[in-house]
Amino acid sequence: MSKIKFTRKWLSLPYAVFMILFVVIPLVLILGYAFTDAEGNFTFRNLASLFGSASNVNTILVSFIIGAANTVICLLIGYPVAYFLAHREIKMPTAIVLLFVMPMWINFVLRTAATRDLLYWIGLNGGEHPYLCTMIGMVYNYLPFVILPLYTTMTKLDYSQIEASSDLGARPLQTFVQVILPMTAPGIVSAATMVFMPTMSSYVISDVMGERKLSLIGNSIQLYFDQGLWHMGSIVAVVMLLLIAVGMFATKNVQKEDDVRGTML
Amino acid sequence: MKKSTRILARFYVGIMLLLMYAPILVLMIFSFTEAKVIGSWTGFSWDLYPDLFKNKEIVTAVINTVVVALSSAAVSTILGTAGAIGIHYSGKRMKSALEGVSQIPIMNAEIVTALSLTILFVYFGVQFNFITLLIGHVVLTLPFVVLSINPKLQQMDPNVYEAALDLGSKPSQALRKIVLPEIMPGIFSGFLLSVTLSLDDYIITAFTRDTSFTTLSTYVYGVTSKKGTLPPTLRALTTIIFVFALLLLVLVNIRKGRSKGEGGKR
Repeated sequence: MSKIKFTRKWLSLPYAVFMILFVVIPLVLILGYAFTDAEGNFTFRNLASLFGSASNVNTILVSFIIGAANTVICLLIGYPVAYFLAHREIKMPTAIVLLFVMPMWINFVLRTAATRDLLYWIGLNGGEHPYLCTMIGMVYNYLPFVILPLYTTMTKLDYSQIEASSDLGARPLQTFVQVILPMTAPGIVSAATMVFMPTMSSYVISDVMGERKLSLIGNSIQLYFDQGLWHMGSIVAVVMLLLIAVGMFATKNVQKEDDVRGTML
Repeated sequence: MKKSTRILARFYVGIMLLLMYAPILVLMIFSFTEAKVIGSWTGFSWDLYPDLFKNKEIVTAVINTVVVALSSAAVSTILGTAGAIGIHYSGKRMKSALEGVSQIPIMNAEIVTALSLTILFVYFGVQFNFITLLIGHVVLTLPFVVLSINPKLQQMDPNVYEAALDLGSKPSQALRKIVLPEIMPGIFSGFLLSVTLSLDDYIITAFTRDTSFTTLSTYVYGVTSKKGTLPPTLRALTTIIFVFALLLLVLVNIRKGRSKGEGGKR
C-alpha cells in the first residue's frame, strides 16, 4: 500500500521541478537584481532612485489611477449586463455571455490595433488624446473579465432573499444596496482583481492606444528591459509584486470565482 | 419584471454587444475592399484574401504562432496532468506548497513573469531560441491545466481506484484505465485553454523569443508601431480568425452541452 502511494505522489515531481526552475528561481533572481548594483553588491540605491525620480513616481500614480478608473468603469458597465442576463430578462443568457467573451479569441494585439483604427476613423486620435484612448482600450479589453465572474455569482443568488426583502417593505434601492450588493461581493472582488493589477502592469494597450504618450508600470519595466537596465527593471517588478501580494492578502477571505478564460471552456 | 424594464435591459445589453463587436465588424466589412485605411470604401473586392496568403511574413507568423501554441499546450498538458494527479495524492504540506506555487504565475503580472524568465536565461547565459520561448509559454499555461484538472480529481470516487487494485490491476493500469478517463474532460479543457492563452500572448513571447522569430502578436505589434494603421491584409486575417473562433466555440459548447446531460458540474 505504501509503495502505491509512493508512485502516485511522485507523478508531480516533473511539475515541481519545472515550477521551481522557471517560476521560483526567476523570482528569486529578480529580488537579487533589485537589491544589487552592477558589481553584485547589496544596495538600496535602485529603490531610492526609483522613488527619487519624479517621472517614476508619476508613472506609479498614473498606473494606479488608470487601474482604479478602469476597474470602476468596467464594473459600472458590466454589472447591469451580468444582472440582466442572470435575471433571464434576455433569452439564451449563456450564449450571450459567450458572445461577450468571444472577441478575446481574436489576437490581443490585433484586437487592440483594430480598436485604435476604429477610434481614428471616428476622429479620436491616440496621439492627441492618449489618456482617453488608453482608457477606451482598457475598458474594451477588460470588460469580459468583469461580466463573466459577476454573471457566475449572480446565477447562484438566492432569489427568495431578494423577494423577502421587498416583501418586508424595502425600497428597490435599499434591496439593492443591502441585499443584492453584499450577495454579489465575491463576483465583484474577483472581477476587480482580474482588472486592476493587469491594467497597471499592461503596456501593449497604452503603447498602441496612447501612441507611447503615456507610461504605466508595465511600460517602465519594458523600457528598462530594452535599455538593458536589469537592476532598475527588477526593482519596478518587485514593487509590482508587492502590490499584487497586498491585493491577494486584502481579498484572501473572499470566495473568488474562476478565471474568465477557464469558464469559457 | 415590468415590460418597460425588460425592453431597457435588452436595449442596454444589445448596445454593449454592438460596442464589443464594433472594431471587429468594421475590420470584417472592410476586408472586402482594397482601401488602404478603414473608412474609405473603394468598391467590393476579394483581393485581400489571396494577398494575405501571398504575404510570406504573415503566413510564417501565423504558422509560428500555431506551432508554439500547440507544442506548448502539449507539454503543459502532459506535465500538468501528471502534476495534478501527483498533487492530488500528495500529503497535506506538499499539496499546499505545490498549489501555492501554481498560483504564482496566475496572480503575477505577465510582464514580471516575462522579465523574471529573461533574467534567468541571461543569468545562466542561455541563448534565446525556440526552447526559451516554449518554456515561457509553458510557464504561462501550465498552472491553468492543473486548475482545470483539479476539480475533476476531487469529484472522482476514490473507491473505484482502490477497487481496481483489489481486483488485481497494477497501479499504472488503474491510473490509465480508471483515473485518466475520469479526468479527461478536465485535461481537454486544460489543453484548449492553453492553446487560447498561448495564441493570444504578446508579452512573454516578446521577452523570451529569438528576435528573428515572429508570431502573429509580435508581427502586428511591429507593423502597427511603425506604420500606424493596420495593413489591409490583416483585415482579411481578422475575418478568418473570427470565423474560425466562432466555429470552434460552437463546437466546444455543443460538446459541453452533451456531456452536461450526463450530470455533474463542469
